[in-house]
Amino acid sequence: MEKKPLIVVENVNKSFKKSDRQDHLVLNELNLSLYSGEIVALLGKSGSGKSTLLRIIGGLVKPTSGRVLHHDQELIGPAPGLAMVFQSFALMPWITVLQNVELGLEAQGVPKQERRNRALKAIDIVGLDGFESAYPKELSGGMRQRVGLARALVVDPEILLMDEPFSALDVLTADNLRGDLIDLWQSENTNIKNIVIVTHNIEEAVLLADRIIVFGESPKNIRAELKVDVAHPRNEDDAKFRKLVDHIYTLMTMPDSETIDFGYKIIDIGYRLPDVQASEITGFMDMMTEYKGAKVDLPELADEFTMGVDDLFPIIEALQILRFVHVSHGDIQLSQAGKLFADADILKRKKVFASHLIKHVPLARHIRRVLDERHGQRASEERFLRELEDYLSEDAAERVLETVIDWGRYAEVFAYDYNNGQLSLENPD
Amino acid sequence: MLIYGVANNTYHKNENIGWSVPNYWDAVALALIVAIFAVLGWTAMQMATPYNVGQAIPISLSPRSLPVYAMRTVLRMFIALFCSLIFTFVFGAVAAKNKKAERIIIPLIDVLQSIPVLSFLSISVAGFILLFRGSLLGPECAAIFAIFTSQVWNMTLSFYQSVKSVPKDLREVTAIYQLSSWQKFWRLEVPYAMPGLLWNMMMSMSGSWFFVVASEAISVANQHINLPGIGSYIAVAIAHADKTAIYYAIGAMLIVILLYDQLLFRPLVQWSEKFKFDEVLDERISRSWVVNLFQRTRVLRQVSVLFYLLFDKFVNINYLLKRHSSFFQHHLRGRQDPGADKKKNLKYFFVKWKIIPLLGDLIVFALFVMLLFYLWHFLVDFVTWHDVARTFVLGSVTALRVLVLIFLCSLIWVPVGVWIGFRPRLTEFIQPIIQFLAAFPANLVFPIVALWIVKYKLDVNIWTSPLMVLGTQWYILFNVIAGASAIPEEVRLVSKNLGVKGFVKWRRLILPAIMPFFVTGAITAAGGAWNASILAEAINWGNIKLNAVGLGAYITHYTRVGNFPHVILGTAVMCLFVLVINRILWRPLYNLAIERFKVN
Ligand SMILES: Nc1ncnc2c1ncn2[C@@H]1O[C@H](COP(=O)(O)OP(=O)(O)O)[C@@H](O)[C@H]1O
Ligand SMILES: [Mg+2]
Repeated sequence: MEKKPLIVVENVNKSFKKSDRQDHLVLNELNLSLYSGEIVALLGKSGSGKSTLLRIIGGLVKPTSGRVLHHDQELIGPAPGLAMVFQSFALMPWITVLQNVELGLEAQGVPKQERRNRALKAIDIVGLDGFESAYPKELSGGMRQRVGLARALVVDPEILLMDEPFSALDVLTADNLRGDLIDLWQSENTNIKNIVIVTHNIEEAVLLADRIIVFGESPKNIRAELKVDVAHPRNEDDAKFRKLVDHIYTLMTMPDSETIDFGYKIIDIGYRLPDVQASEITGFMDMMTEYKGAKVDLPELADEFTMGVDDLFPIIEALQILRFVHVSHGDIQLSQAGKLFADADILKRKKVFASHLIKHVPLARHIRRVLDERHGQRASEERFLRELEDYLSEDAAERVLETVIDWGRYAEVFAYDYNNGQLSLENPD
Repeated sequence: MLIYGVANNTYHKNENIGWSVPNYWDAVALALIVAIFAVLGWTAMQMATPYNVGQAIPISLSPRSLPVYAMRTVLRMFIALFCSLIFTFVFGAVAAKNKKAERIIIPLIDVLQSIPVLSFLSISVAGFILLFRGSLLGPECAAIFAIFTSQVWNMTLSFYQSVKSVPKDLREVTAIYQLSSWQKFWRLEVPYAMPGLLWNMMMSMSGSWFFVVASEAISVANQHINLPGIGSYIAVAIAHADKTAIYYAIGAMLIVILLYDQLLFRPLVQWSEKFKFDEVLDERISRSWVVNLFQRTRVLRQVSVLFYLLFDKFVNINYLLKRHSSFFQHHLRGRQDPGADKKKNLKYFFVKWKIIPLLGDLIVFALFVMLLFYLWHFLVDFVTWHDVARTFVLGSVTALRVLVLIFLCSLIWVPVGVWIGFRPRLTEFIQPIIQFLAAFPANLVFPIVALWIVKYKLDVNIWTSPLMVLGTQWYILFNVIAGASAIPEEVRLVSKNLGVKGFVKWRRLILPAIMPFFVTGAITAAGGAWNASILAEAINWGNIKLNAVGLGAYITHYTRVGNFPHVILGTAVMCLFVLVINRILWRPLYNLAIERFKVN
């Protein structure tokens, strides 16, 4: 069956200015079509460009090149028929729930009485009856997101764009809202033909979507595309469900082919180290000891340690960089060095960590070398920050330096004085 | 805006109830409203009485005339404030939204806010008197204009900055749901900017008292025009060396400030709480008895519903909807009528060929050239190079005064401000006090200083100087407090845990955090000091006339004798000094503060 797509994303590139000289390519030659009758999940790590793509579809961000077709017409700005729900809810705190919901109708010039009636109906649909005259400040997170949803529904959209709509909510509330979203989708109450939902939660994607697009950083943004042929309501303990989740874990932890070396990650000096503290690494390794070097299924591990993908993946990436673990096919396993580290006492651990840090993290190696060569064996953090800014944005450079300093202090590879921002080889105390 | 707020607070609870019987509180509130409007109306009518230059307006020093004078002064201030608000909405918004306009407006405001307003007074008076020949409206407008120029710039800048920093997601909401620029303005930008704007309006009201005192009693070309008002009252009291009258004036001012604070600003501040983003519900939200009063009324609250509906209509004016501005709706092209299409093409033509921006540049450039030419033409016949050199020397003297004073004030107020800013409860308590101190027109202290100087035979050149910063030093304190209290609690705790103390704490934690705030405050204070120099370097008390050496005294002198070329020369040189010092000292310092002292 050849259906006509509602939205076609055609050869879209998007880059942001990083510095005067450099551009940061976020989306690279991206192609994607959205069809009637499907929920599409954009699933990927944070910073991979999912929100950017969603905003390009919504007409909020212009692509650097390429175009988006909406019913065969090129999209130039926000179009009628598209509505968006935001992670931060994005409600105006100074007006009531009712007025927030009415906003889209005001823009269309709907007369006051009709505006009110339609808004009240939308509020009713999302189950916020009786809260019309409340201010957003008075509502809980879940209720606020319901307002966000009502505001989208009231303009009777054809396509609903959702940017991590449930990730600012607690687990139970999020579950609740997901259920209600599916009910809404299956009911005849709306004219919504397509929902695009951005998420970094694998279970959420499998729970909601008919099609999952696994997203990664450019140059290859669309890593994989999967169909989910499971009827709603879906059961998380279902075998088919689990298998899909497993499969996606595998896809998402697969290192990029260029940086792969026997299952490890090779990085350069400007690599964006994950935001992970040494204490988190040691804590994680402590927990890993109970598996005694056996292969462990990642989803199972996440469950066992009650960690979300957002917490888990950065730590795993750090461990891969330090070569303490192997990751393949959605399984994780301690390496030789990893086992050594896990079983060692504190002093020994620091030694192992130090040697791996110097060997496998070029930035740490570089800092150490500079300090060794320096006369007073000290240097200011500013100096390294400037160097890093050749590769990274100011923000990212600061974070990466902070991370490497934390690791270096833990391993006693170098010392850092908070008061004057100096790195040195002195023994810290 | 007030209307919108009152309505918004209450409309839901009673919208569907029919008109009810007025209660006791209705009567009280109604009486309050009628009284205010009657007084305002009567006062406004006085403004347009016939008047010819040279005609003397008698100013009575009897305390019984003070209420009327106070009303007239306040009315001037509020008219100026209203004009400032309109100006702010127009130019602040345009600057925030249009890159091209931003590049012209913001530097221009930067310049305008640092030039000595007072020295323009004499020039603008001449213009307004010509415009409204034979009516008191001329001098009135000149005074209002002077007050306006002292109020408007910080309001516009604050609004501009707020609009620029509207959270991205809220902006996206208005974009995706296609609100028109007009709707976006009233539904998003104005509300978002409200708390900051209100704060700046209050500051402006405080700051403008200084100019009220100076601008009501105008001495131009040996003519004295005394507009009925507190300012003229003070001027006459000074001329007669009447101490009791000065005390009366201070008393009247206190009462006036208290009244408009209670009747207007308190309710507005309470109302503006709802525009704040803070999640925490603040227990100490400022309460206002006026708001309480109106919340107890029955009928008047329903009138407020009416206002709410009016505001709703205003925001949703049909013609200003987005679908009516074809220019933005390319994707609806097929459905548009041909006329709209043609209009679009025309507009497109202008944009495409950059005709509008080009025109803008041309106009600004032409104005600039004309101004220079005019100035030159005006000056060349009357002013010698010798005069120019003299003004530069005098300017340097005044500049030295300003810088030394700002430095001394900083030594005092930075530590004090940090100390206060670190104590939230104290900050809460002390801010209104400083606000009053800032409102207190320093010119009232001048006579006392004059008396001392004569009595103890002090050096005029040194001892009149502190008067220049008397009124403006508070900006430094204000800003430092704001900066210090903006340091997050955690950051302070962390540094405490790390044992950061003494000098290191100042260098690593406090200075970086307050530096941008401090510089902002110092720029404002310095600008104010330049302005004040025009009054402070030449003070009078009865027959005592003290003149210090300086550019301010120079401008005052030539204004009195009516030598305009010299006034213009002095003003131009003062502007030049202010601008150059801004460029070579404050701006780099500010950039440094932003760049180097960033808290991690
Ligand atoms: N307006 C912007 N200016 C500069 N960089 C941006 C902007 N928006 C996004 N980016 C960058 O683009 C990348 C992708 O961002 P985003 O689309 O938000 O990712 P995701 O939603 O997948 O977390 C990030 O590295 C981010 O820093
Ligand atoms: Mg995102």
